[in-house]
Amino acid sequence: MELLSYGAVELATAIKEGKATAVEAMEAVLSRIDAMEEKINAYVTIDRDAALEEAQEAQKKIEAGVLTGVLAGVPMAVKDNLCTEGMLTTCASKILGNFVPAFSAEAVVKLKQAGAVMIGKTNMDEFAMGSTTETSAFGETKNPWNLEYVPGGSSGGSAAAVASNECFFAVGSDTGGSIRQPASFCGVVGLKPTYGTVSRYGLIAYGSSLDQIGPLTKNVSDCAAVLEVLAGHDTKDSTSIQREDTDFTSALVLDVAGLRIGIPRDYFGEGLDPEVKTAVLAAAQAFAAAGAIVEEFDLSLVEYAIPTYYTIAAAEASSNLERFDGVKYGYRTPEFDGLHNMYKKTRSEGFGAEVKRRIMLGSFVLSSGYYDAYYLKALKVKAMIKKAFDDAFANYDLILGPVAPTTAPRLGESLSDPLKMYLGDIYTISVNLAGLPGISVPCGTDKKGLPIGLQLIADRFCEKKLIQAAYTYEKLRGAFGLEH
Amino acid sequence: MANVISDETIDYVGILAKLELSDGEKEQAKKDMGRMLDYIDKLGELDTTGVEPMSHVFPVQNVFREDVVTNGDESAKTLKNAPGEKDNMFIVPITI
Repeated sequence: MELLSYGAVELATAIKEGKATAVEAMEAVLSRIDAMEEKINAYVTIDRDAALEEAQEAQKKIEAGVLTGVLAGVPMAVKDNLCTEGMLTTCASKILGNFVPAFSAEAVVKLKQAGAVMIGKTNMDEFAMGSTTETSAFGETKNPWNLEYVPGGSSGGSAAAVASNECFFAVGSDTGGSIRQPASFCGVVGLKPTYGTVSRYGLIAYGSSLDQIGPLTKNVSDCAAVLEVLAGHDTKDSTSIQREDTDFTSALVLDVAGLRIGIPRDYFGEGLDPEVKTAVLAAAQAFAAAGAIVEEFDLSLVEYAIPTYYTIAAAEASSNLERFDGVKYGYRTPEFDGLHNMYKKTRSEGFGAEVKRRIMLGSFVLSSGYYDAYYLKALKVKAMIKKAFDDAFANYDLILGPVAPTTAPRLGESLSDPLKMYLGDIYTISVNLAGLPGISVPCGTDKKGLPIGLQLIADRFCEKKLIQAAYTYEKLRGAFGLEH
Repeated sequence: MANVISDETIDYVGILAKLELSDGEKEQAKKDMGRMLDYIDKLGELDTTGVEPMSHVFPVQNVFREDVVTNGDESAKTLKNAPGEKDNMFIVPITI
């Protein structure tokens, strides 16, 4: 149990110092999984033998002094939309239920180079479309804080695995809040980097102009360390950017004196749960007491973010998901009449309801006669939303607000009303539209005992400000987490 | 609901999306899409005259490189995932 309470970097240090081994760490995680997984269902695929074998290899290399990375020997969980060579990668969809990639995502390659050892693949909303991990074709994941509630989504399996100590850290992807919101619901730290910071090579695309890979961790120090490993230019992703300032752990400094923090009034209006509001404003108070300059301001255009996002994301999804046609990989319907019928039947049987809903909407907004009115209009509003953030960051270093309007909803409550579920993304999606980095840090619990998340948003390339502020807040807040 | 989706529209979208919906699914899709479009119509409140549509947050240009093969022959690995294969090729229904 004691080993499981370590953070990822703490564990790597302990292994380096000979106080623990990579094999002991993996065995501890696997027995934790044995005890918890039946209840939580955080994973879609676990390969125990491969995980133990890799841990043994890592331990040998660490002892020989050839594996010295910051995550050497640390067991990790990977969201099931990141390709992993030789291991099932399903996107939690029937249509990819048997897909074994011939290559690994760049993010996975980098983590392995840093010494991390993969446990398995985590559950998610099908193709990352959803906010609860209930649209998975392999059953829902449950919130470790209370099994009657959702873990959030779409990276719900990754967040639940971190919260329940079924891994030491995890990676997820965030298109409209899919890292930050489950991190908030499960009481862990989650960061969505500036667009282009982490290579999307090998990430199965949903909304390509919005998707970013990022860490889900037990604490802010681990978050910085994992992000430092993930970040970097990659010629295999044409939207990957060159940046020099990726030494994120150098920002683990306790200091917010003089930091200018803006609180958007528009984030605290109707629809925000009073308990969430109280906890987030208390966090703002803590920053002010530590010397930050905290002010309210009007961000504007907040109410237009959701319709803009769902137009653009659905359009991109309808295009990206055209590749699933039953020809080269994945599911193919057993009986069909000719090529077109094969395509149609394969897709209709292979995709779940939410995925079909977004493909249909996306096909419509891109169709001749509607393209200008819907898709092009949304791209224009996206430009306006980005401008609103540019104006805000002329005055503030960081924007502070809630991650989601409520804590985790009960299982089964969200799917009956998709539009209502989409409205829960209000505070996270504009960050993706504007390409900004955002972090979710636990800031309290509600009366039901469910975690509340604080969101900090920075200007593009300013992850270090996020990390420094989040690290300082974490120390001000004190210990947080599930009693195991 | 301001946006009423007709049977013709939903059939047309089905063709574009390559999806075959049951009658029940069609009715649901008509409702869902109408409701989403009503909501998206909110964007019409904003005057976007003169605003350049932004597809990317950075002024990224196309990234070009020489067309040089860097990987080896991975056809066996690739074909392992094929729903049907024969003689190092994918099996598909007759296309013409």
